[in-house]
Amino acid sequence: MFLFEVILNALVLGGMYALVALGLNLQYGVARMMNLSYGEFFMAGAFGAFWTVMLWKLDPLLAMIASVPVSFVANWLIYRFLLLRLIRRAPDQDALDADVILVTFGLLFVFQGLAIVNWGGEYRGYSYLAVPVKILGAEVALNRLLAFLAACVLAAVLFVILGLTRTGAALRAMAIDPVAARLVGIDVLKLSALAFAAGGALAAISGTLVSTFISFSASIGVVYTLKALIVIIMGGVGRMMGCLAAGLLLGLAESLGGYLTDPGLTLAINFALFLIVLLVRPTGLFSRG
Amino acid sequence: MSRGGRAGGWPRSRLAVVVLAILPRFVSDYRISLLISIFAYVAMATAWSFFSGATRYISLATSAFVGIGVYAVTLSIDRVPLALGLALAALAGFLVALVVGLSTLRLRGVYFVIFTFGLAELIKQLVTWYEVNRNKNLMRLVFADVSNVFLYEVLLAVAVLTVAGSWLAGRTRLGFALRAIGEDETVARHTGVNTTLVKVLVFALTASVIALTGAVLSLRYSYIDPNIAFNSAWSFQVLIMSLLGGGTRLGPAAGGDSARPPLRVPGGHVSPPLRHRARPLLRGHRLLSPRRRGPLARACPRAGRVGRTAA
Repeated sequence: MFLFEVILNALVLGGMYALVALGLNLQYGVARMMNLSYGEFFMAGAFGAFWTVMLWKLDPLLAMIASVPVSFVANWLIYRFLLLRLIRRAPDQDALDADVILVTFGLLFVFQGLAIVNWGGEYRGYSYLAVPVKILGAEVALNRLLAFLAACVLAAVLFVILGLTRTGAALRAMAIDPVAARLVGIDVLKLSALAFAAGGALAAISGTLVSTFISFSASIGVVYTLKALIVIIMGGVGRMMGCLAAGLLLGLAESLGGYLTDPGLTLAINFALFLIVLLVRPTGLFSRG
Repeated sequence: MSRGGRAGGWPRSRLAVVVLAILPRFVSDYRISLLISIFAYVAMATAWSFFSGATRYISLATSAFVGIGVYAVTLSIDRVPLALGLALAALAGFLVALVVGLSTLRLRGVYFVIFTFGLAELIKQLVTWYEVNRNKNLMRLVFADVSNVFLYEVLLAVAVLTVAGSWLAGRTRLGFALRAIGEDETVARHTGVNTTLVKVLVFALTASVIALTGAVLSLRYSYIDPNIAFNSAWSFQVLIMSLLGGGTRLGPAAGGDSARPPLRVPGGHVSPPLRHRARPLLRGHRLLSPRRRGPLARACPRAGRVGRTAA
């Protein structure tokens, strides 16, 4: 029974990782922009929820009404005014990747610095839906369950959009080969900007949902960027269901690893797993190639 | 080649080194501290750029090596002579980079960057875990009895040796092999370059310079903790300086030079942890135009010429 509870909680934790990784998967997998400042939008979403609770005593989920559009627009602007210039002058994909990483690495410090100056560096948190729910005798916190369900729903929605709609087909074509996509009449830059902005909006959503059950600080963004990266590369770049599966696997490895060794070592376990995947199957665990 | 730096460049740069070496007698303590930081940045940016600039394997693990150096010297300082402690710091950086280099050989481009990005975080977490659970104290006091002038001289030596070393090494077969890897690794391998050996060796050597520099700098601190030692701002600052300086031999050094003075502005008014974050914030915009030949390389023809004769 105890093991069942550990596994259930691991799955819920994994759902959170999948949720965090979905947005970056759109940005890196579809728009092909490795955004190291991704976690800062997660952090901004978390702080949006925090201030909504603290200042106006409102439901933290209401913060998404503001934070999601803001994050969407901010990411669209980043794409339009920073990354697009890099795309225009890059000789090849490798050089572009390097430039994008450098720019977003810089943005990471800009956003983090702004957050620390405005909101301070200490850890914050609030209580929301922190009630236990019984599932087959095991207890799970309702707020964690909510994030888990949101991850499943969002992954399914993205999967359907990418798989069944016309825009989704264009996005997939772009992810596979941007040059060829352009040749068949897809407005690659417009759609990439859209995917990139949507990824940023997802970062804000995940930040809001995850903030209901973790404590966070202004410098937490990097950690979540890293976790999202691990999930994406494990699941296969650009694959939404692979992302969900890899997130769950990561949650499982982290919970069981932390349970068997020491909870303080969870990030090290994450990273070891990531390293193994990188070295053994750089294309991801669930890719066909 | 005949026109190269040898005729005009060497005596002048020797003169510059001599002037810098006797400078501490004449300037204020504040300026010595400032120059100490400049030398540290020059050494790190030059070392970073010698590997990452030439091969285009962008490493974000600078802070990991700085932290390793800091911890190596702090742990050994009351057990062995300082010189040995510094040597241990360099050796620790070398060994860790060797292991990392050997295990990440298969990673190209983005994956290498991500890996080094995560590595710094991983080592920080491991050290934090060790300090909290085994040492029972996150902080360590630094018991170093050294003067500013001593640090100045050591770091001047490190910086001069790094710049001269990377300049000289750039003219050898090794430097040529590095640039060949940067141009096209497959072609380099087919023309007989042992790419594995070159990459790992140079990565480890430059990491040991970075670790050594971090170790010397840490003698100034009164205490360290994992967040200070493994501060990711190091990775960022070193990268900015190299980008500003561009891909020439003296470029990174010039970048290290130029990056220092503006940093004084936020330094005076805010608390140390904030200062570390706020500095890059002020300069973040410079990253927005990364160019292979940095702005300083073009603004400073002397540095550019040395670079070209070397190439």
